[in-house]
Amino acid sequence: MKLIYEKSQDGRRASAIPRADGLPTPKIPDELRRTDPPRLPEVPEFELIRHFTELSTRNFGVDTGFYPLGSCTMKYNPRVNERLVTLPGFASLHPHQEEDGAQGALELEWRLERILEEVTGLDAVSLQPAAGSQGELTGLMLVRAYFEDRGEGEQRRKVVIPDTAHGTNPASVTMAGYELTHVKTDERGNIDVEDLRAKVDESTAALMLTNPSTLGLFDENIEEIERIFHGAGALMYYDGANLNAVCGISRPGDMGFDIVHINLHKTFSQPHGGGGPGGGPIAVRAILEPFLPFPALARDENGTFRLDFDRPKSIGKVRGFTGPFGVFVRSYAYMRMYGPRLREMSEAAVLNANYVLARLKDAYDLPFDRLCMHEFVVSARSLKRDYGITALDVAKRLMDYGFHPPTVYFPLIVPEALMIEPTETETRETLDAFCDAMLAIAREAAESPELLKDAPHSRPVKRLDEVRAAKNPVVKFGFGD
Amino acid sequence: MSHPYLALTEDDVAEMLRTIGVGSVEELFRDIPAGVRFGRALELEPALSEQELSAHLGELAARNVDTTRELSFLGAGIYDHYVPAVVDAVLQRGEFLTAYTPYQPEMSQGVLQSIFEYQTAICELTGMDVSNASGYDGETVSADSCYIAKHATGRGTVVVTEATNPQVRQVVRTYAPGFGLEVVEVPHRDGTTDPDEVRDAARDAAAVIFQQPNFFGCLEPAPDLAAAANDAGALPIVHVDPLSLGVLEAPGRYGCAIALGEGQAAGNMPSYGGPHYGFLAARQDYIRRMPGRIVGETVDAAGERGYVLTLQTREQHIRREKATSNITTNQTLLALAGLVYLTWLGPQGLRDVGETCLALAAYAKQQLQERAGLEPVFSERTTFKEFAVRVGRNASDVIRDARERGVHPGYALGRDYAGMDDVLLVALTERRTPADVDRLVDVLAEVGR
Repeated sequence: MKLIYEKSQDGRRASAIPRADGLPTPKIPDELRRTDPPRLPEVPEFELIRHFTELSTRNFGVDTGFYPLGSCTMKYNPRVNERLVTLPGFASLHPHQEEDGAQGALELEWRLERILEEVTGLDAVSLQPAAGSQGELTGLMLVRAYFEDRGEGEQRRKVVIPDTAHGTNPASVTMAGYELTHVKTDERGNIDVEDLRAKVDESTAALMLTNPSTLGLFDENIEEIERIFHGAGALMYYDGANLNAVCGISRPGDMGFDIVHINLHKTFSQPHGGGGPGGGPIAVRAILEPFLPFPALARDENGTFRLDFDRPKSIGKVRGFTGPFGVFVRSYAYMRMYGPRLREMSEAAVLNANYVLARLKDAYDLPFDRLCMHEFVVSARSLKRDYGITALDVAKRLMDYGFHPPTVYFPLIVPEALMIEPTETETRETLDAFCDAMLAIAREAAESPELLKDAPHSRPVKRLDEVRAAKNPVVKFGFGD
Repeated sequence: MSHPYLALTEDDVAEMLRTIGVGSVEELFRDIPAGVRFGRALELEPALSEQELSAHLGELAARNVDTTRELSFLGAGIYDHYVPAVVDAVLQRGEFLTAYTPYQPEMSQGVLQSIFEYQTAICELTGMDVSNASGYDGETVSADSCYIAKHATGRGTVVVTEATNPQVRQVVRTYAPGFGLEVVEVPHRDGTTDPDEVRDAARDAAAVIFQQPNFFGCLEPAPDLAAAANDAGALPIVHVDPLSLGVLEAPGRYGCAIALGEGQAAGNMPSYGGPHYGFLAARQDYIRRMPGRIVGETVDAAGERGYVLTLQTREQHIRREKATSNITTNQTLLALAGLVYLTWLGPQGLRDVGETCLALAAYAKQQLQERAGLEPVFSERTTFKEFAVRVGRNASDVIRDARERGVHPGYALGRDYAGMDDVLLVALTERRTPADVDRLVDVLAEVGR
């Protein structure tokens, strides 16, 4: 399909911009004035719409079909939220508007903070971080500020993460200026507590843990882990990527975590938008509240909301304004549609995952034979050994059956990993159709492996050459130059 | 389990539990130790129906005074430019809205090609060689650029001009200690920055960050600032308004290493501060140090052109603690809005927006001086769509009194700059008219002194 730049013709345009007729346009000094205009596309409005409509048909979303991309919680995104976010009182509200002209927005943020405190079991919230990974970095900055405040900043330099962690965890540790300590996973898929005990001491600042883990397993030793860390005077950080498993069932604060980030785009249904936006609020225990990003949201006794910039111990700002407000509108709306019934949401997510697991576990290798939480990991190791079929081949073949593939090759400790997260917003018929496809693919691996090797057969493009793209990167249109 | 967003019937649940081999939903959670199970119901307000929800949020929205209810001249980083209907039409396509990061390119050619087109548009605007697929906002991409500069130069400070958006400076300050960077600020002199002062401050610096037009709306001597940074061996990094780049020179043409900024003005509503997108573009030298997603061209097994995420060995899911950034979820949908908007504008539309803003701002500055007796603060400087004007008393009081008359006259610069308690920062976009300006002047003539 052509690029929009290849459809461009000089002199065409979709826009008509009001001109301040009669007003002189001031001169820009020569050395600052643009002489070569940017080669933006020149197309009429209807060609613009056709172009992007055609592009959209070459894409697959939750609205298109089942999207069991593990660790990403690809649940349905309610349409009412898209309508609500366009209300002029939200969409056209300037972020520098005086507080008395933004009381509705501030109240929404305040209500969202209270819900997140209840769901996480913690004491205070900052909505500011723009995504989960920024929540992680913000959390580590809080850890640093907390220990510096206690005079332990020099001493506590290490952050512990398990070998199942998301890649964002170690990347955030480096960006925060901390050193990494890795801890192993035991044969039941929990953190290896003996390994942990040997690695945690007075030089440890924090643990970063996802629970349930990226294996989809709840750590059965979480209470012992809590004793080890808090016993050493260290803090515990909860990566909330998998919160969809435990809303109303088990709260990070009750597990002993001191800092939690919540992925609003996962658990609370902000649409993923082809890669974003997200939202990564953090909830913390009261001891960390003074260090949260400014401005803090406050409610005065008369019920008026205001922004408090006078936060002497704050780590600073991590993003503009109070955070991605439109994400807050959608996620707040989603939470209000459930209220206390958020527990049913998590129960359905866990039930769906266990059902799919039960149907697939004889055809694929199961690295840890336990009940799972909201997602699970199986392996194509046997298919690879017996027929030369990899997890990637299985993923590509699933496309031909009309499903988005699961996450593959993660977590790193499981070879040929397929990480499957159905979410709660699916019918049993859809789950069954997916399971039937996975079972059919396992049979095809034995009977006609070339069908998988050449997959996908039904998409707008065949399998794409990623190595070639990286070797000689072409990252923009060349305009025939 | 009857709920609009859930599907399982009682029969479904019973059958599924049988297949799993457990007796109850409760039993699915048996691995959670009893001591950390939540023993009560969540204390939250009861579930709402869609209709009740709409009423509740409508009521909250109605308590905000937005730019449709007040004649607003607020800017200071977020601008009330027109967003055309084509943006909404494209963004509401479920295939874009409800997809995720294009890890599986055969399922995601729509998003991948649109990001490739976005990267091209950003490179064209800025005159740079490579753009990423977006960052969170104009603030965080500025912090990201410090990480690039730190690793490119090995130096330990970063210079930021005082005339750069205060929130950008605050976010850079928050990130810098983790990067092992100290932040040095260079003051403005009568509204712009002195290149000689930048050269001195940048002697051991990894980067110099400045803004064009700067936070006061003034045009910096950008080529001289970039040269001063280059002379000192620091990376010149410029924070630009994308909608200025139809009339103002492309940063790639005056020696900058990195051009970045807040994308909101191009295609996104103000939305009380987000979600928007930050753009970040650089010279080819820095392609392997870029943070975040980058889309590249390739071919499929049949030799047809297609697009994939590329140079992923920079990224956290491959390189982990050695990654160039921790970013994963970015702002793709908002960047798509930017692409649609820039396509709608075309080169001539971009220039028209810039010229309309320039003309309206100049008219406002002149009229405020002539009819309201209010002097521009930096009268010697050329401005783009925003300018600082001195009012006769505390700017916050002027804002309050003007708002009682239905006009929001601008941003109180005293919030960020000492000695500017009586200064308003007034922004003009193509959504304002000369008649709107006349009304602003009338109101400030009344309450501004």
